[in-house]
Amino acid sequence: MILGRVIGSVVSTIHHPIVDGRTLLLAERLDAGGQGTGGYVIAIDGIGAGQGETVLILDEGSGARQILADDAAPVRSIVVGIVDALDTFTS
Amino acid sequence: MLLGRVIGTVVPAVLVDELSATPLLWVQPLSREGKPEGEPLVCADGTRMAGPGQVIYWVASREAALTLAPSFVPVDDAIVGLVDEVRLYPPEDLA
Repeated sequence: MILGRVIGSVVSTIHHPIVDGRTLLLAERLDAGGQGTGGYVIAIDGIGAGQGETVLILDEGSGARQILADDAAPVRSIVVGIVDALDTFTS
Repeated sequence: MLLGRVIGTVVPAVLVDELSATPLLWVQPLSREGKPEGEPLVCADGTRMAGPGQVIYWVASREAALTLAPSFVPVDDAIVGLVDEVRLYPPEDLA
């Protein structure tokens, strides 16, 4: 899983049926310090995450299909958690 | 999934049978701001509705093969949907 920060959303009318009624979040990927890397991923919102929140993103297709309960879902990235705090250890 | 823009149509002369009914589009991947980023790639169009200049989102690998019906078309990149709008929150609202 990866950590991301919700920086936007993607509006789509025409799409694969699995996207029907679901929100597509645009999440910035985070580096080891919890800062944005400049990279991003478009993930289906599986939990109700919102603007600016740090989220846990499952970035693997089989797990995403399990959560969506659809063996044929063409989805790889899905938000599976909202992060309250990220404690990083310094050596 | 990542953003991309349709920059062309691929018209094959000869193709394996498994891909004969698959629309193939030439796609430039985009950054989150909509700027070209990375090398162009050929995507199967799972929506069958994407046209020139259209902003889309696409997936790679096994998920791409699941995008078209009947499933498991042998492709490695495929369009999942068309983008109407990308709404980026203002940076000051993210603090």
